[in-house]
This record gives sequence, C-alpha cells and structure tokens, in this order.
Amino acid sequence: MVDVKTLLQELREEPYEKIVIRAPHAGTVEFVSSTPGTRVVGPSGTWKEKPGTLLIRLEREKNKKPIYAPQKGEIMALADLKPGEFVQAGQELMTIRHYLTREEVIGRILRQSLFLFLAPEKGRYYFIPDVDIKIKTKGSQSVAVEEGLELFILSRMKRETAIRYTGPSGIIYAIYFDTNDSVERESPLIGVCPEDQLGQIQEVVSRVQSDWEEQD
Amino acid sequence: MDIEKRTQELRDRLKYVQDIFGPDENSNVSMLDAKLNEFILREPSLTKQEVIRQLETLEELFRFLEKKLERELTPMNKVRIVRHPQRICLKDILENVYDNYTEIGGQDDYSIDPSMLIARAYVTRKRGKKVHNQPVMVIGQEKGHGQEFRNGGSVKPWGNAKALHYMKVAETENIPIHTYIFTPGSYPIEDYPGAAQQIAKNLYEMAGLKVPIVAVISEGGSGGAEAIGLADTRIMMSHGYYSVISPEGAAAIEGRLRGGQRADLKLIERCADQLKMTADDNKTMGYIDWKIHEPELGARPEHYDFFRKLRKAVIASTDEIVLNVSGMRMLRSFALKRHKGANVYVRWTLSTRAKERLLWVRYLKFRRMAQGAYLDKRHWFSRGSEALGEVCSSLYSYFRYDLLGRQRKKVSELAEDVHAEIQVVMGRSARYWGKVLSKLFFKKDKKEVDKEELTTLTPWNGSDQNLGQWQYISPQAKEDQSITCPNAGVHGCLDQWAPDLFGEWAGVCSFCGHHFPMEYQWYIHNIFDPGSVREIFSEIESINPLQFDGFDLKLDEAKRRTGHKCGCMTFEARIEGTTVMVAMFMAAFRGGSVGAAEGEKFIRAMERARKKQLPFLSYVHGTAGIRIQEGVNGVIQMPRCTMAVRRYSEAGGLYLVLYDTNSYAGPVASFLGCSPYQFAVRSANVGFAGPGVIKETTGLDIPPNYHNAFQALSRGHIQGIWDRREIRHNLVQSLQTMGGRNLYYR
Repeated sequence: MVDVKTLLQELREEPYEKIVIRAPHAGTVEFVSSTPGTRVVGPSGTWKEKPGTLLIRLEREKNKKPIYAPQKGEIMALADLKPGEFVQAGQELMTIRHYLTREEVIGRILRQSLFLFLAPEKGRYYFIPDVDIKIKTKGSQSVAVEEGLELFILSRMKRETAIRYTGPSGIIYAIYFDTNDSVERESPLIGVCPEDQLGQIQEVVSRVQSDWEEQD
Repeated sequence: MDIEKRTQELRDRLKYVQDIFGPDENSNVSMLDAKLNEFILREPSLTKQEVIRQLETLEELFRFLEKKLERELTPMNKVRIVRHPQRICLKDILENVYDNYTEIGGQDDYSIDPSMLIARAYVTRKRGKKVHNQPVMVIGQEKGHGQEFRNGGSVKPWGNAKALHYMKVAETENIPIHTYIFTPGSYPIEDYPGAAQQIAKNLYEMAGLKVPIVAVISEGGSGGAEAIGLADTRIMMSHGYYSVISPEGAAAIEGRLRGGQRADLKLIERCADQLKMTADDNKTMGYIDWKIHEPELGARPEHYDFFRKLRKAVIASTDEIVLNVSGMRMLRSFALKRHKGANVYVRWTLSTRAKERLLWVRYLKFRRMAQGAYLDKRHWFSRGSEALGEVCSSLYSYFRYDLLGRQRKKVSELAEDVHAEIQVVMGRSARYWGKVLSKLFFKKDKKEVDKEELTTLTPWNGSDQNLGQWQYISPQAKEDQSITCPNAGVHGCLDQWAPDLFGEWAGVCSFCGHHFPMEYQWYIHNIFDPGSVREIFSEIESINPLQFDGFDLKLDEAKRRTGHKCGCMTFEARIEGTTVMVAMFMAAFRGGSVGAAEGEKFIRAMERARKKQLPFLSYVHGTAGIRIQEGVNGVIQMPRCTMAVRRYSEAGGLYLVLYDTNSYAGPVASFLGCSPYQFAVRSANVGFAGPGVIKETTGLDIPPNYHNAFQALSRGHIQGIWDRREIRHNLVQSLQTMGGRNLYYR
C-alpha cells in the first residue's frame, strides 16, 4: 500500500521535475539561453504549434538544428562546454527544472496510489446500465468493484462486448474516459482505490488543491 | 415634443458626422458639436419662440456644414460611411425600390446564412392603361443595420452557394437578376463548399448565365463582391468603395504587420487613398458603368429620393441590357441613351439568340477591361503582325476544326458504325478461321499466351522510368549540407544530404514523403519534353497602374531577380508528344500575385489554346493572391480570367490546374478554383485566406495543417494529390482520361 502522505512530503521537498536536454545527434553546440536561472516556456497554442524557448543550436553538416524547451521552467544547469564544441549523440547538454503544477502533483499522487484499469481494445466504452445509473445518481465513489465484475460495455463497429474488471477490489475514484469518445488501447478507463484509503487520498488531494503553491 | 424630436435628430446627425470623420480633428465637426452643446445647455432658459428660432438656425448650419463636409470626404471617410450601421441596406432597397417582394432562402436568423439575402421582387410599370409586373431575382449581402447575426455582410461559403442556386432559378425562369453588393469580404473558412471554391463556382456560372445581370455596389470587398458581382451592368453608389482589399488589410501588408498588430491610422488612410477604391476612381478606370449620386454624407434609410434614383437606374440598366441584345430596339435604345430614366417599356425575357448575344457582349465587356494596366512595349508593326496572325489562325481554326473538322468527324463516326456492323457479321467466321490458321502455322493459342504473360516476369523496360536522372538539377543540390525534414519530430525522419535530396530524390523526403519547395525551372525542364518549351506573350509587362508608393522599385527588383516581366509565364510545350498550353504562376515574382499583366497573359493563352485546340494547364508554382498594389485592376482579373476559362471549356477544351507550394485567395477563388480537374503536388497548401487573416477576421484559431493539400482533398476542393516525381506520368494519364463531352483536342 502506498503511503500518500510520505509521497506528498517527498513532492514538497522537491517540487519540480528535472528535464535533461540531450543532443539528438552529434554536432557542434551553441547555447542560446546560457544563464542558469533563465525562465523558459514550453510549446504553446491550441495545437502546441508554437515552439517553446529556443535553448540550443546544434550544427551538423552545415545544418543548424534548433532545440526548444519542452516544458515551462527555468534553466538549472548547463553542460561544461565551450561555444562550438563538438558533442556526441545523447550527451547531456542542459537541465531544466520544471515546477510541478497542482494538477501534475495530484496526477502523480493518484497514479501511484490508484490502480488504473486499462482499455483492452480501442473503441467506445460505456458502464453497464446498473453501474451507469449509480454513477449518475450517487457519483463514481459509490461504486465498489471486485475481480470478475462485469463493468463495461465495449462498442466497436456495432459489436458490443461485455468487459469484466480485473484487479484489486476497491471503489472507483476517478473516471478517465468519456462515453462519446473513442478510447485508445491501454488508455486508463478508471482509477480504483482500496476503500480504506479513500479518505486519506481525498484529504491529500484537497490539501494539494488548497495549499500547493505554483511557481511561475 | 417636436423640439425634443428635432434636437434628438440633430444629435444623431452630429454622431453620424463624428463617426464618419473618425478621430481626425475637423474644425467643421468641432463647430457643430460646440453649437449643438451650447444650444442644449441654453435651451431651458429660452422662451419657446427663441428655441424654435435657434433650432432653425442650427438646422441650417447643419445643412450648410454637411454640404461643406461632403466636399472634404476622403476615401477612408467613404469607407466609414459604408460601414456605418445607418447606411442603407438591402432590406431598405427591397422596401423602397421594388413594388413588392417575397424573401426566399431564409428569414432573418432562420437562414443557412443570414448575411446573404435572396428575394423575388417585381417592378410595376404602367404604360398607357396597361400595367406590367416585371419579376426580378434580387440577390445581395445584408448587413442589417448592425444586426449581429448578419455577420456584417461577410458571407459564408454556403451563403454564396445559396446565391448561385437562386441565380440558376432565375435563369430557368428567364428573369433578370439584380445583385446588391454590401460586403467587406467573404468569410474566409474552408468548410465545404469552401470560400474560394464557391466564389470560383459562382464566377464560372455567372459567366454563362443567360439572363441580364445588374450589380449595384455599395461596399465591394474583393472576393466577396466578385461572388455576385459579375454583371452586364455595374452601378456604383457615389459614397461606396470597391477594392481588392480593405484599407486596414493593405496597411497590414504594407507595414509588414503580423500577429494581430494594428496599423497606424495614417498608413491606413494612405492605403485607402492609393488603392483608388471610390466610385469616381472606378468609373475613370472603367470598372463600373454608372455612378449614382447619393445625398450628402451617404444614403441612409430616410433618403427616399435616393431610392427613386436607384429604382430608375436599375430599371434603365436592365432595359438597356435587354435592348442591346434583342432585335427590335432602335427607338427605345436611342431614347434610353439620351436620357437614362426614359419612360420606355422593355420586355425583360430574352429569346434564344438574344441570350447567346448577351453572353458574347458580357465576355467582350470584361475582355476590354484593364487594358491600360499592363505594358506592351512592342513596336506597332509587331503588334499589327501579331493581330494579323491571330486573324489568320482564327480563320485556319474555323476551316480546320469547325468546317472541315465537323465533316471529318461525321465521316469517321459513320465509318466506325459501318465497321461495327460488319464486325457483327464477320466476327464469328473470322474467329473460326483465325483458330484454323493459328493451328496450321503452329501459332501459340491465346490461352497459352495469357498463361505465359501471367506466370513470367515482365521484361525490364527502363525507358519510362527516369531513375532519378533529371534534366534539371536544383541549385539547392549544390550545397554540401544536411537538411532536416519539418516532419522529423512526428515521423522521425533522419537528416538527408542536400545533393541527394534535391538531386536524385527531387526534393522529396525519403522517409515521410514531404515535398520540399523546388524552383519553377525544375518543373519546366523535368515535366515537359526536352527542348519543347516555347514561351509566348513574354513582352507583356507588369506596371504600377495606381502609382502605389514604392511599388515601382519592388517591381523592378522582382523583374531583375527573376528575369521575367511579370509573375505569369505562358508557353506551349509538348508532353509525350501532346502539345499543351501552359500558364505558370511563379512564386518568385512578387509571391506569384496576379495583376493585370498576369491576367492578360492568361486570357491570351486561353484564347490561343482554344484556337489551336490545345489542352490547357495552369501550373501554380505559388500565388499569394491578387496583387493589392494594383487595386481593382487586379481584382477584375478574377471575372475576366474565369470568363476566358468558361469560353475555352465550353468550346471543348481540357483545363487542368496543378497547385504547388502555397496557393491562396483571388486566383484560387476564380480562374483556378473553377476547374473541374484540380490537383495538388504533395505538401502544397491551398485555400482562401492565410491563418493570420482567418484569425483576424473570424477570431477562430485554426490548426496548423488547415490548408494542407490532404485537407483540401478531404473537403472535395481538389481531385487528387500528385507526387512530384510522377507529375509527368500523371499529366499524360490526365490528358488521356479527362475532358468534357465536347473535348476536342484528342
């Protein structure tokens, strides 16, 4: 069983994710953003079509390739390289510190503390009528699941198949799909938590919602 | 009560004047403001008689200064007039110009597109004791005095499709069409039927509509105006504008602004001035037939005299069009010529012959436009000899293809039928004797031949494969460097060496198939038979007809850099032995934009292809749209060229369009988009307006691949996507398999 409080404590001590930027191929390197502590932004736009901050230019055979920041954050450290120095593919060039947002922290906690039941096939998923009614009236956390319970209906190409739940017993904490959308294979459908841990998880989540300070 | 009403009226008039003159400081406007405010402040302390007297003085002052301000109006003020919510709109015209009407194709916001209004109306004319009700189809954009659902008269593609549908209804019913143009431009979205493609369809169909069309322009914004603007008579309101682009749009281009940045007011006003968009300018240039004078500071719904004037104008125009093409007309034509509103009766239905004449007159009208907007430096002798050559080739074409060709076709059809009849009789015995003879001479049985063909490998024939051995190699292949495919992040394409990529692989990524842009020379040398390209009309040159600031220098630079006199190269070339007429729009010359010279070359090439009975290919290496610096001289190429296409296609020509790199706006929305056979080279972008303009005008965020060729194919705008290396093969295939029922060149 995962100790959620310890997990949260660990996240508080290190509230960021380290992203290591490596050379995609060999070449000479030129740092564009070269001061540690510089703020960078990740891709933006509705379709993430606008690239993030330009960090490095890597040149091979007169072909300068830009390397952009993949996430929002700040430059933490740079590799000890002189301008125009040759690097090998995969060599570490820069580390970015990405401060975790509230949603990311909650996501991490839930990912580690919940059991995720994955879609066995691509298709549209529905809860069986009894469960569906219960979820709509009393919420997902009113539904207890156990191994072998017939829980979903998979609809694909007008073929409907009943899907049984496999995994530890518990209650449905989160639902990750929408009945109108097609779900890819191995995407999470529900997150299940043991009944006795429900209160603890809810408490941690609400504490993160209220207390977690996001950094720009 | 009366005083309050009159004061409010003055307040409204002042507000209107202030709106028209915008933020500019104007002493007359300031004086009106000061006088009115002074009167309002003093009014409670005055006697009733004093108030009436001062009010009359004030009204007189308003009348006087409005007249004065009328003379000071700049083109930008006129733009503000037509955009003002108090400006007359189509519903006002329907109420006041026609005697009765029924709105069709939707009512208010219950319509497929409320910005396009269609109505069946009639005009009642009394001659002696007889009353004539003459029906017309009224089509136009409706701005609705600021009604939001009307979208400011910016018509969506399906709105233009609705307009076209009812134009065809009018043609079926043999009644004239009156169109009223009140649009800042078309709504630039690609959803089916697509802004550009639908405007192109409208233009193509209007070029052949066999009923009189009268267009009245109030706000004629580029493509949106052209969608219903191809008419036999074009009338313009004196305070309207007709332009290739809005002054703000032109300023954004001139100022090289991006990402929703606003141009400063001075630049916008300068552009409005230079675009020559007013009624007077358009009358001088010959793009409109009449100008109707509006009351001071523009027509508003209460100006009933103006509606009367407009009624006379549209009726007289329709009469004139009909008389011009019908048989019995002499006295009435004379009367109408002497006085536009002459009281004559003309039946508006046309006979079959009159309809044919109408189309020819319409074609000639547009063909003669924009003749002063390009340069032809040839000596009068060479011009004369070319004209003589054209006459000779017309005569030759007539004798060879019309007179003798028809007879030959009849004879060959007869011969085919006779041969088929004989085969029915002879077939059975021929098969029997064939078998006997093959056995006698130990020939292989057909079954055995088939078996052998199916079970053995085809012998290698490398003649139709060029194996990367291109006639022309791009200069990009001379660079010793590696190139990264833009899809590397998605498809994981590895870097490629430029000499390989731009040499043997013809600029096609060998991992994902992305097509890197290539020079137009690559296509000229690698698609057509070697040495078969013969350029024609190369002497036609682009100029700066509106004397747009700084454009001469830009044009000279483009001419020097490309070695061409305009952005369109026309040539005859052979492909696998078939001669083809080609118009190529080069992205390297001012972005491939189309102006008067390009349009003229395109039309001349079309006419020559028709005379010589050649298939026609428009290869669009790239086009950014109509050249804005040429103003209406550019935008008029949309109907002009489309009419030439229609004339060519109806005569039996095959018109193919091939898009490469980026093709946008006017040309796609007219003479390119009207082709039934449009193809795109892979990785091309085809559309109406670029992403920036869409965001700016509609507020919609569009995905990065919105104009991609595959999207255009899914929307049904193009008919196929070709690999660059297979263009030659695909063109040969198209020449063999495509073409209408009258196709003549094969």
